[in-house]
Amino acid sequence: MAYPDDLHYTKDHEWIRVEGDTGTVGISDFAQEQLGDVVHVQLPRIGETFDAHAHFGEIESVKTFSELFTPVSGEVVAINEALADAPELVNSEPYGGGWMIKLKLANSSETDKLLSSSEYEDYVESQKED
Amino acid sequence: MSSTQLKKTALNEVHRKQGGKMVDFGGWDMPVQYPAGTIAEHLAVRTAAGIFDVSHMGEIEIKGPQSLALVQHITCNDASKLSDRQAQYSGLMTPAGTFVDDILVHRFDPEHYFLCVNASNSDKDFDWIQSHAPGFDAEVTNLSADYSQLAIQGPRALEIMQPMIDADLSAIKYYWFTTGHVDGVPAIIARTGYTGEDGVEIYFDPGESERIWNKIIEAGQPLGLLPCGLAARNTLRLEAKMALYGHEIDDTTTPLEADLAWICKLGKGEFLGRDVLAAQKEQGLTRKLVGFEVLDKGIARDGYPVLIGDQQVGHVTSGSPAPFLKKNIGLAYLPMEHTAIGTKFEIDVRGRRLAAEVVPTPFYKRSK
Repeated sequence: MAYPDDLHYTKDHEWIRVEGDTGTVGISDFAQEQLGDVVHVQLPRIGETFDAHAHFGEIESVKTFSELFTPVSGEVVAINEALADAPELVNSEPYGGGWMIKLKLANSSETDKLLSSSEYEDYVESQKED
Repeated sequence: MSSTQLKKTALNEVHRKQGGKMVDFGGWDMPVQYPAGTIAEHLAVRTAAGIFDVSHMGEIEIKGPQSLALVQHITCNDASKLSDRQAQYSGLMTPAGTFVDDILVHRFDPEHYFLCVNASNSDKDFDWIQSHAPGFDAEVTNLSADYSQLAIQGPRALEIMQPMIDADLSAIKYYWFTTGHVDGVPAIIARTGYTGEDGVEIYFDPGESERIWNKIIEAGQPLGLLPCGLAARNTLRLEAKMALYGHEIDDTTTPLEADLAWICKLGKGEFLGRDVLAAQKEQGLTRKLVGFEVLDKGIARDGYPVLIGDQQVGHVTSGSPAPFLKKNIGLAYLPMEHTAIGTKFEIDVRGRRLAAEVVPTPFYKRSK
């Protein structure tokens, strides 16, 4: 459950769920746990376009902050408005209500370069050992 | 530093078992938060109770006929005002009138004082006190390894602790202490804390730590008590505007600059740094610690530059969301002419300039 296998992951700890030509983006359970209580998520505007691995926002917790990066390139077609009043959804439902943006994919083959659930899990474990 | 080299309190395994997220805190492997999370822990302390393992804190004992004279020489508050079993917040001073550390001075009797000092400073403090002890008929002993320390804080803390303590907690006034037993274990029981709430801090044999910790959690959970980590301890003390060594105070800041004139008793007679502090008082300060609220949306964190016009005049010493007040607050040193309540200034938050305003402190004050 920690890393659902229908998602693709990045080493920056974002995930993307691809449905048709759209991808929903959020951060992983590991990432939300590292951040602690999320108090603010700064998101882009609908219509903005991003390259892959581009800075698209920021997430602030009580203790720290982290930058958000796009897993793939595309245009923002939706943002999660609910996070403005309920940023804690990122903690409680990292793969559900805590999603951040939906991207219209510029090139669907880009997801091939991302990590699978098991690859991401191995990566997280290797980070924990440091 | 790898985790095997970090110092551990007697409760290290218990923290891990109970889901504490462990971090390196000044060389100590300590829980930064428990599964409930920092905000829930913070709110539990403001509305019910929380328990903190603060066994990393150091304890230094001063005993002998000239104990008071030694304490007076090395600290800026007036320890002669203490009665037996009374405690006092004070500063361990350098000759420059700056902080070696901030400490709690407990008086058992005029020939026996018990100092509670910051974890990362305990060896430094002990060496410092020892180096000033020659000439005084007093013996200084580092007891840091001999005590576990737990802080139980919040409006329901006394109610939770009383049934397992053989002393009447309601008879101990704020910043007084007694000796007694916690569930049969000999302990120093002090009505002190670092959260802005009522509560107790208990010092006892580390060998009993796990049993006492679990006993308090069992007794407190039905009343809303949560185990709390260092992140909640930090946000709680910040709302109460209590200084943290290495942030608001260090060996470059004086008690007068840190808005701690109330612990700076120039009239008590000679002490380390007194002349410097007297001159600073006479000539007036050039800067002072203030509390601020961020007016724009954003969080000013530790170390962020503080700007007046285009000039950087300092940095944020501590900055965080305030979970109970639901504001973004912080502390910073500002030039004296900018310290009045209501003064506006800016903070550089990762390239964005956010408006902030000097506000009255403490940010949070409990209702008695």
